[in-house]
Amino acid sequence: MIPIVYPLSLAVVMFCVGIVGFLLRKNAIVIFMCLELMFNAANLAFITFANHFQLIDGQVIVIFIMTVAAAEVAVGLALMVAIFRTKHTVDIDQLNSLKG
Amino acid sequence: MESGLSFNLVPWVVFLPLIGLGINLLVGRKFGERFAGITASLAVGLAFVVSVFLAVALAGHPEGVTVPLVDWITIGSLTVRWAFRVDTLSVVMMLVVSGVGTLIHVYSIGYMHNDVRHNGDEGRFTRFFIFMNLFIAAMMILVSADNFLMMFVGWEGVGLCSYLLIGFWFEKGKDGIGNANAAKKAFITNRIGDFGLLIAMFLIFVNFGTFQFDEVFSQAAAVAAAKPGVMLLITLFMLLGVTGKSAQLPLYVWLPDAMAGPTPVSALIHAATMVTAGVYLVARSSAFYALVPVAQTVVMWVGAATALFAATIAVGQYDIKKVLAYSTISQLGFMVAAVGMGTTVAGMFHLVTHAFFKGLLFLSAGSVIQGVERGMGHHSHGDVDPQDMRQMGGLRKRMPVTFWAYLAGALALSGIAPLAGFFSKDEILASAWHVHPAAFIVLAVAAFLTAFYMGRQLMMVFFGEPRSEAAQKASESSRVVTTPLIVLAVLSVLGGALNLPGLHTLEHWLAHTLGEGNPAQFLWSVAGTSLALALLGISLGWLIYSKKSDGPYVDPLKKALGPLFTGMENKWWVDEIYAVIVLNPYKAFAQFMAEPVDLGLIDRIGGGLAAGTRVLAEGLRKTENGYIRSYGLWMLLGLVAIMTWLFLR
Repeated sequence: MIPIVYPLSLAVVMFCVGIVGFLLRKNAIVIFMCLELMFNAANLAFITFANHFQLIDGQVIVIFIMTVAAAEVAVGLALMVAIFRTKHTVDIDQLNSLKG
Repeated sequence: MESGLSFNLVPWVVFLPLIGLGINLLVGRKFGERFAGITASLAVGLAFVVSVFLAVALAGHPEGVTVPLVDWITIGSLTVRWAFRVDTLSVVMMLVVSGVGTLIHVYSIGYMHNDVRHNGDEGRFTRFFIFMNLFIAAMMILVSADNFLMMFVGWEGVGLCSYLLIGFWFEKGKDGIGNANAAKKAFITNRIGDFGLLIAMFLIFVNFGTFQFDEVFSQAAAVAAAKPGVMLLITLFMLLGVTGKSAQLPLYVWLPDAMAGPTPVSALIHAATMVTAGVYLVARSSAFYALVPVAQTVVMWVGAATALFAATIAVGQYDIKKVLAYSTISQLGFMVAAVGMGTTVAGMFHLVTHAFFKGLLFLSAGSVIQGVERGMGHHSHGDVDPQDMRQMGGLRKRMPVTFWAYLAGALALSGIAPLAGFFSKDEILASAWHVHPAAFIVLAVAAFLTAFYMGRQLMMVFFGEPRSEAAQKASESSRVVTTPLIVLAVLSVLGGALNLPGLHTLEHWLAHTLGEGNPAQFLWSVAGTSLALALLGISLGWLIYSKKSDGPYVDPLKKALGPLFTGMENKWWVDEIYAVIVLNPYKAFAQFMAEPVDLGLIDRIGGGLAAGTRVLAEGLRKTENGYIRSYGLWMLLGLVAIMTWLFLR
């Protein structure tokens, strides 16, 4: 049994990498991947606690998140493709048509 | 019970004019003038037939019935029915409204045929009859209602029709807006009166809990004993409504201006029927007034003062219709004074005879006007006013039927025995003699002036030499116009038979509804005085105005009376005084509310809110910079803040 602090630290590191990537990168695909990274950091934290406290809830939530994330990726990538077709770029800074 | 069947016909007095209106509304224009006119006249004529049936049925069952149609409003303990009250009082009104109404409709077929051509819009012929039928329907609702609320519907309905018909040629008149303004003036002045009636109705509802006539009047004595102040308020506010609708002091000013409407309208609405609604209201509520002597006195004096005041103005008018308009106000004053003295029957009697002879006078005046218009031909529009009596004269030979009809009406109005007006006016004067000698003197002077201005008018219009080319070329009207004149002339001559002294037919007839009163005694002294006054007045008018004048027409009285006549000529400047006292302050107030208050304050609050929102939005817009990462950062910071709060609380 590894101490709980290791997987949690890993989750924190993953989450921070995700945030920093989300804030700093321009490429929409990469931002997307950063989002996934944050999701999975959360997943990791969930199952860590589920294991630690011997509760099933955490695992259930993880399954939910993975399902939703799969759907979200499908929609998100489809959006990316559609955006690329019209704008010929996925640079997030160029996509500001709605700016007031 | 075979009369029950007749009684159940009563809703048709309202439905028939409405059906006529509907037919004309849908197809009237398609089938032409004749069709529209006949349909409308037939609708009112049938309503008259129904009224006759009702009267016959009432002769067998004089206590009367109430015919419920539908429940209208049911709220809590209040139930207002749409029910028709058939009793001797309402049937008298129905007969007058539909009878005189039918004659005027027939007359209008001929009159409006010329009028729409003279004014250059033939399409309005049908519209006129639609309005007229609507008026009859509303008036029937007014007189046949069995509760105050339904009566109020009719009350407002006739006001609306009056407005529509005064403004019938809404684009004509002074500066192209004179008629519209006259219509507006009538409507708004009436609204002031209606306000009083509404307050009276609210008070009735609060204190009686019902609007039904029979229930209200049966409780009246008890309420008057318990709360005398309330009864006084009800009667006085009701009087305000009466002064509005029946053109009494101080709200009479709308009626002379109402002459802007076509002449049949003046005859039907502003002489024979609608303006008597106020008299009818007081007669209907005589149970109230009998309990409040103070209110009775006020009503009587309002009537008497109006009778005298309007009569003086009538002496100084030159417009043939304006003379009749002021005469109407004056005669309405007689009626109101009569009902104020508690002699309701005398008032109702005068109402009926007045409907005959004033309807006749107006219709004849219309005939005269159109005769002069024909004399003017089509080339000389504008320079001659066909209603100006100074331009007339000598029409007796050119319009003989109209002249004889006018003569009958004028003599009846002046109170020459044995015409209708003599008996009805004499009854009022006789009761005034008993009740209030002071009022008797006022009314007697008014009666003298009545005879005088009628003599003056007869002279100016029909005798002497024609004073204009138009009058010289004037010609008699067509038969469809003169036939109603003849019928009304006969009625004006014989109308007094309704309530001859000694027989008191109308008195007994109305007693079933109003309660047994004491019929005014026929006094030879009073009758002799009034007849002498009438003869004196008419012959004085005759003498003064028979003098030939050369050059521009100057009223002979102008020299004799000087400034007094100028006052009469200018209607004692009442309109101007109202303008200074009421209108201008009100306009200034409205201006104040409009510019500093509405534009300055209220709009600035609204505008300020909008501007503030805009400034706020401008500021917030800066944060929406279009960079996803900045939104993400804000989300992160928000998350951190929430987490911090959750940990530290």
